[in-house]
Amino acid sequence: MADFFSMGGYGAYVWPSYGLCAVIMLALLIFSLRSLKTTEHTFERLKSETAPKINSKNKETPDGDEA
Amino acid sequence: MHRFANPTRFLKIASAVQPWIAGITVLLFGVGLYMAFFTAPPDYQQGESVRIMYVHVPAAWMGMFCYAAMAVASAVALIWKHPLADVAAKATAPVGAAFTFLSLVTGALWGKPMWGTWWVWDARLTSMLILLFLYIGYMALQGAFDDRARGAKASAILALVGAVNLPIIKFSVDWWNTLHQPASVIKMGGPSIHPDMLWPLLIMAVAFKTYYVWVLLVRIRQELTANKVRILRLKQVHGG
Repeated sequence: MADFFSMGGYGAYVWPSYGLCAVIMLALLIFSLRSLKTTEHTFERLKSETAPKINSKNKETPDGDEA
Repeated sequence: MHRFANPTRFLKIASAVQPWIAGITVLLFGVGLYMAFFTAPPDYQQGESVRIMYVHVPAAWMGMFCYAAMAVASAVALIWKHPLADVAAKATAPVGAAFTFLSLVTGALWGKPMWGTWWVWDARLTSMLILLFLYIGYMALQGAFDDRARGAKASAILALVGAVNLPIIKFSVDWWNTLHQPASVIKMGGPSIHPDMLWPLLIMAVAFKTYYVWVLLVRIRQELTANKVRILRLKQVHGG
């Protein structure tokens, strides 16, 4: 087992290579997935907010949506 | 191919395909990593350090592949004003930049024990560094304009001009003296690398590719949804 981790003395170069690839590729994937989720949530929220407004113009709701 | 070009249809297909691509990617990485560590032999000259190859080479290939994809998508966007092409090019840039960065860092980690140095300013390494700067320039240029369309156009032109770097990277090891070893897989007369090493390398390369497709699908879906959000926001301002 220790043999495996020492990588014939090159462990200090092999493991950081694989570790960095794993960290960066996972980070990019997770960031992309979360960004998609957030945007989809925003879209659904906006859709439900705008749909009734457009259909009935005289029903103005004075909710200050600054955000 | 044009049937998939409609953004709405693309969204539908992308969300259906995505779990499959994800599964294939995880599976390929499982097999590829197992082979890279357990079935692939140590190199007769480089010992166990050769295992760095199984991430270094796929990362470098994908760094170049993503740039080629980005340049083609940019050309399609400029010439045919295709709505998906811009989005695809934009979604590819950070993935390609990540691969290029990884190939440079794993190359340094491989170079230190084998060449005795982290870095040399030779043709292959320098042209790869330029590729990373091209990606960074592309992403910076995209955000540098208030008008999104102008940013997309300017960065698309940069992507096309920068494509000249790709053949320079590929042939740098033949044209100039370099510490970097010449091609041993994609070359005339077939690969000169033993099948026990070639197979894990190819499987890892395919794993990197399906990973790219996975992230690309996610990022395109995000970008298309963000476009719809912008349209709704405009409606709220003007029609609300």
